[in-house]
Amino acid sequence: MDQETKFHHGTPAADAKPIIEMHDIEKHFGNIIALAGVSFDVRPGECHCLLGDNGAGKSTFIKTMSGVHKPTKGTITIDGQAMDFSSPRDAMEAGIATVFQDLAMIPLMSVTRNFFMGREPVIGSGPFKRMDIQTMNEAAVEEMHKMGINLRGPDQAVGTLSGGERQTVAIARAVYFGARVLILDEPTSALGVRQTSNVLATIDRVRKQGVGVVFISHNVRHALAVGDRFTVLNRGKTLGTATRGEITPEELQDMMAGGQEMAQLEGSLEGTV
Amino acid sequence: MADTPQIVLDERLKKEGIGARLIKRPELGAIAGVVLVTLFFLITADGAMFTLSGIMNFMTPAAQLGILAIGAAMLMIGGEFDLSIGSMVAFAGLIFGACTVTLGLPLLLAIPLTLAVAAGIGAVNGTIVLKTGLPSFIVTLAFLFILRGASLVGLKLASGGSTQLRGVRDAVEGDWLAPFFSGDAFGPIFAWLAQVGVVETFNNGTPKVPGIPVEILWFILLALIATFVLLRTPQGNWIFASGGDRNAASNSGVPVRKVKISLFMFAAICGALVAIITVMDSGSTDARRGFMKEFEAIIAAVIGGCLLTGGYGSAIGAFFGAIIFGMVTIGLTYTNFDQDWFQVFLGGMLLIAVLFNNYIRKRVTGER
Ligand SMILES: Nc1ncnc2c1ncn2[C@@H]1O[C@H](COP(=O)(O)OP(=O)(O)OP(=O)(O)O)[C@@H](O)[C@H]1O
Ligand SMILES: [Mg+2]
Repeated sequence: MDQETKFHHGTPAADAKPIIEMHDIEKHFGNIIALAGVSFDVRPGECHCLLGDNGAGKSTFIKTMSGVHKPTKGTITIDGQAMDFSSPRDAMEAGIATVFQDLAMIPLMSVTRNFFMGREPVIGSGPFKRMDIQTMNEAAVEEMHKMGINLRGPDQAVGTLSGGERQTVAIARAVYFGARVLILDEPTSALGVRQTSNVLATIDRVRKQGVGVVFISHNVRHALAVGDRFTVLNRGKTLGTATRGEITPEELQDMMAGGQEMAQLEGSLEGTV
Repeated sequence: MADTPQIVLDERLKKEGIGARLIKRPELGAIAGVVLVTLFFLITADGAMFTLSGIMNFMTPAAQLGILAIGAAMLMIGGEFDLSIGSMVAFAGLIFGACTVTLGLPLLLAIPLTLAVAAGIGAVNGTIVLKTGLPSFIVTLAFLFILRGASLVGLKLASGGSTQLRGVRDAVEGDWLAPFFSGDAFGPIFAWLAQVGVVETFNNGTPKVPGIPVEILWFILLALIATFVLLRTPQGNWIFASGGDRNAASNSGVPVRKVKISLFMFAAICGALVAIITVMDSGSTDARRGFMKEFEAIIAAVIGGCLLTGGYGSAIGAFFGAIIFGMVTIGLTYTNFDQDWFQVFLGGMLLIAVLFNNYIRKRVTGER
């Protein structure tokens, strides 16, 4: 079944004001130039796919968006206001939630503790203010269930989860806290068929609620299934942004791979990729 | 970290016996250790060891070490070490002595000032570690020497050439805050217990145990607070997260820097608290105070289940780890063994604890 047919793509008003705008972002690590001027924006209710080859700078770029890296140059504005995130916590407070490629999970800690890490709900007051463990456990199990994973128990250590289960915890956590912008850095790389569909359906669901989604993937089919706009990065620069319908899957795939070589490769693999 | 409620029962989950659940608790090893050591001394030691006065006898050094061990354990769970807390005891002792004797300040000023100086040094330690990304081991090793040396120099200045500063007891005599930091608590209750014959008395009628030494109460109080913070508050979650994986914690919104610097400050404050209590008890301070205590505190924390790599451990474990220490040091004097077996015993305990912790960690993380 072609997943492309599965979702009714909203028509995010093309004139809607972006939630977050990144202008001419550059990021240097010493003498390494990871980003050489990338502009990008996310509007409410759209899924903006960020595509590109390995090492193109996708992760580095979203990390500037989520407060992990300070851009060397360039500006970030939210609702037209210039922002200067000095930590991921700042970005979260601005309503940006991220699933990092490395997931940002602590193996020795339980699912619940990981799920709420940094944003624990509390009950009580004064010196007896404490985590609301009951609510936390219930929410963690419930959110995981929504994503199609039945946990053995909320106190299971994350280190004992399978790769896909772990990835699902990270996604469920971000969706739960992603108030305005949800960034997903290759969220489906370890997922099974059912969980992948679930993640794509979740993207669709939160988009309908007006959240802006940034979706990084190496899989053209997944991107086409949910994407409204596609921005391709190559060697730290944008190759351009296309709107859904303006571009064929083949064109997109060629752009993602950085151009020519793909045609030759495809020949030798007899069109299996 | 076993947050109890079972919400869904999954058929892929074998019913866990109470034993299997317990073994996942970091403090289990230390509790088992206390039981073993108790059994050992019940067999080998003079019965006097486990009378009330015998217990106070080994609990007092256990508490003095334990206060340090709780600070060290919290810091270790947060992923860092502080090798300077032993020297901090000497340095804070100097500050405290100078405040009370040289400057003649009341305790109401001298104690907060001493704690503040310690916290400041802890913050410096932490800031250097976090700013440079150097291992805390090496940065605090530098402070081990700096603070020890500064204590020597400072003592000579304050006392006019000697490495001991006397007269603290006279200086704090009659201060209303003194009973909270020195001597024995619950004196009247013990006097009454002696009268009704629960507590043994000397021939003249005074109780053999005049009360509970205040350091024991501080020790218990700190262990309870630390445990509550670790297991039940967001800050506790941040401590585990910061120690477990600094980057992941920071990316998830944990203010790692603040957490770690606070832990350095807390460890230093624990050192200063020990300094205040012991200096007031002995009435003087000297430059050898707290010598090698940093290692003993870290060992107690490790016996208590803290992993050297951070992110795992417990304050209650460190509590029992320190009690094991006190029992072994003092207990040997109740036996016919040569007391110098102490160090052999210590090394052995440490080795067993590390092997045990390593095994537990693999079980918890399901390391394959
Ligand atoms: N902290 C860093 N220090 C130095 N170089 C870095 C750092 N982070 C990223 N880079 C470099 O920046 C470039 C872009 O990396 P990035 O992780 O953003 O790629 P990516 O597009 O996410 O790739 P992938 O698809 O493999 O995840 C790489 O060449 C990488 O070596
Ligand atoms: Mg990447």
